[in-house]
Amino acid sequence: MTVRTGYHVNSNTPSDDYLIPLKLTWTSTGALEGGTVTYPKPTLEKYEFSEKPLSVFTGNFELVANFKVSANAPAGPGMAVGKLRYQACSNKACYPPKTIEVTAPYQVQ
Amino acid sequence: MYLPRLFAAIPVAVLLGCFLPGCSSGPRSVKAASVKPAPERHDAPEFSLKDADGKVVHVADYRGKVLLLDFFATWCGPCKIEIPWFTEMERKNKDKGFAVLGVSMDDEGWEVVKPFLAELGVNYRVVIGNDATAQLYGGVDALPTTFLIDQAGKIAAVHVGLASKRDFEDGIQQLLQTPVPGGIKPDKASVPGTSHLNPLPALSVRAK
Repeated sequence: MTVRTGYHVNSNTPSDDYLIPLKLTWTSTGALEGGTVTYPKPTLEKYEFSEKPLSVFTGNFELVANFKVSANAPAGPGMAVGKLRYQACSNKACYPPKTIEVTAPYQVQ
Repeated sequence: MYLPRLFAAIPVAVLLGCFLPGCSSGPRSVKAASVKPAPERHDAPEFSLKDADGKVVHVADYRGKVLLLDFFATWCGPCKIEIPWFTEMERKNKDKGFAVLGVSMDDEGWEVVKPFLAELGVNYRVVIGNDATAQLYGGVDALPTTFLIDQAGKIAAVHVGLASKRDFEDGIQQLLQTPVPGGIKPDKASVPGTSHLNPLPALSVRAK
């Protein structure tokens, strides 16, 4: 994932209860099972508006989802579909939380 | 991605930044506006929103006062910096014809807003806003967004993003010291549009 320069998004474990965490949930995984998401280690950044460093993601980072292919899964293409919720801020302003659809195409051999 | 019938890990690629409002050319500039001259001000859009006690609040209720209208949210860090300032400004100036009105943009409503206000010791009125209210005020994409409204109900200044405390204080004092002709006390007869008939000399407060 890439967050544009000058912005940050709260990590999956934000520093304050009021902050909205980044979260990926799967709504449909097709022939795959599981989908546990591993989030990267957040960075602690100090901003003009925060008294203490905040747990955030900036720049490029990866979310990795672990799936198991069902024993009876048919060979061929499929798609895992999920929702990513996040809330972004710059150093001086914050933007409403958003939920976007995320798709991960796969091919079972 | 080809998956053998084993465990598989799929990295998910998304460009987050492109979904942010106004981020196509990098971070949006944050404005700290000065107080506009009276003839250049426009009417503050009217709304009807409920406060924590269920009472309906209108912008027009504040006619005759300088109103600081603050759009905020509990999840907005910069808002948490400004809110204690506004609490102090309300306490210092409430007897001088000044009031603060907070508009929470939290989707979850009072369930999250009430504890937040209690934690920060907010002493001014707060209502729960919605998208329609935000649209009336130009979208309010970034929070905090704060409007200074003069005694005649006209928008004198807009601050988008975290502004300086001094900017707010200067703007409030400027408006309090120079009443607008249309800013008649609510308990007196109101003559809409009188500020247009008797424009004041330009006021200017430079943002530092």
